[in-house]
Amino acid sequence: MTYDYHEPREVAEALHLLVKHGEDAHLIAGGTATVLLLRQGLIRPGHVISLRAIGALSGIGRAPDGGLRIGATATHRQAERSADVRALSPALTNAFASVATVRIRNQATVGGSLAHADPAQDPPPMLAALGAAVTIVSPRGARSIAVEDLAVDHFTTTLAGDEIITEVIVPPLAPGTRATYVKFLPRTADDYATVSVAAAMRLADGAVADARIVLGAVGPTPIRARAAEAALAGAKPSRERLAQAAALVRDEVDPLDDLRGSAEYKREMARVWTERALLALVEA
Amino acid sequence: MTKELLTLRVNGEARTVAAEPHHTLLEVLREELGLTGTKHGCELGECGACTVLVDGAPVLSCLTLPVAIGDADVTTVEGLARGAELHPLQTAFAEEGAAQCGYCTPGMLMAAKALLDENGHPTRAEIAQAISGNLCRCTGYTAIYEAVEKAAKSV
Repeated sequence: MTYDYHEPREVAEALHLLVKHGEDAHLIAGGTATVLLLRQGLIRPGHVISLRAIGALSGIGRAPDGGLRIGATATHRQAERSADVRALSPALTNAFASVATVRIRNQATVGGSLAHADPAQDPPPMLAALGAAVTIVSPRGARSIAVEDLAVDHFTTTLAGDEIITEVIVPPLAPGTRATYVKFLPRTADDYATVSVAAAMRLADGAVADARIVLGAVGPTPIRARAAEAALAGAKPSRERLAQAAALVRDEVDPLDDLRGSAEYKREMARVWTERALLALVEA
Repeated sequence: MTKELLTLRVNGEARTVAAEPHHTLLEVLREELGLTGTKHGCELGECGACTVLVDGAPVLSCLTLPVAIGDADVTTVEGLARGAELHPLQTAFAEEGAAQCGYCTPGMLMAAKALLDENGHPTRAEIAQAISGNLCRCTGYTAIYEAVEKAAKSV
């Protein structure tokens, strides 16, 4: 196992290297996923292209419209500590702070984790619930895709081999939007969730004007609970109605049996934690 | 397989080594620089035994490529003591019995140093956060918390 290591300083140079080496190339940013895949022999690229020296991919800041731009190579720790992230959504801060350990958060990047598409990650469900999108560039130009649509299966995205994630854009939240991220960790604090729930809700005149619920770790990708959302739309958010909506997620998730519980247990925990998340939003 | 020359700043010294490009920082520290204080644990990023500081921030050397370090300052457990004078964390770990088999201790010390460098008076919860994922199979952690608290008083 050996490879040539490249450290371009411009996005264009990285794209050139990606095209030149085709399937023999693999991108690396923080390295927590890629080094592991290399070490386990799960990928054997001849060329590893690092994005760390490309200044244009770094940084976190408010966008002119009041939203947020998170550079692809911003670390989870930078996102967790960003005043701009917290000002937009403390729930998003919490999702970044919930990732693994401080050591992983110091290394793993926001764009890298989205490209890795591990379905148990913390930020993607919250980013999806907040309507975030990623910007992707290739030699054909730039495109934007909703975080919700990026992952299509376990560790699989819609990214083509010559595409690079450059940033994550979180839109400004409609006034009165509340959001939360909850993570069920029955074993240890640094574990992957048994189930996690990201929810955002806006109430108007005492009724639910808008609700988004996205679950993590209970399917091949983050799962948008559309039936539960539909059950809330326009409704008064009584405890009974929240419980009814939460019960619908049991049939929307697609968990696997593993050390963190049986599939049936995870379905039930998805219901329980969705109900808790919704209650927290209404009672906040 | 060809080795490449690489210069790293480790414990305040510039060290040039010949290393294979796919080797991790952990392997280069131990095998090329002889700094065996940093431990191989899981090599999966889960146990914290290989924790070192890069520009003061704790990272997992088992998942770090040395080429990606650039000219950042790497601090390993060997860089804690000043000559014969132990770092207060090392003294407190010894006095409180916070090390038993000792295998997790270098990683614990580095995680705790990163915490105390930022927060001189951490709460028990903040200490738990900082060493979350630094696995110890002997002490049960209480002695480690107490040692970090004791060290905080003397740093």
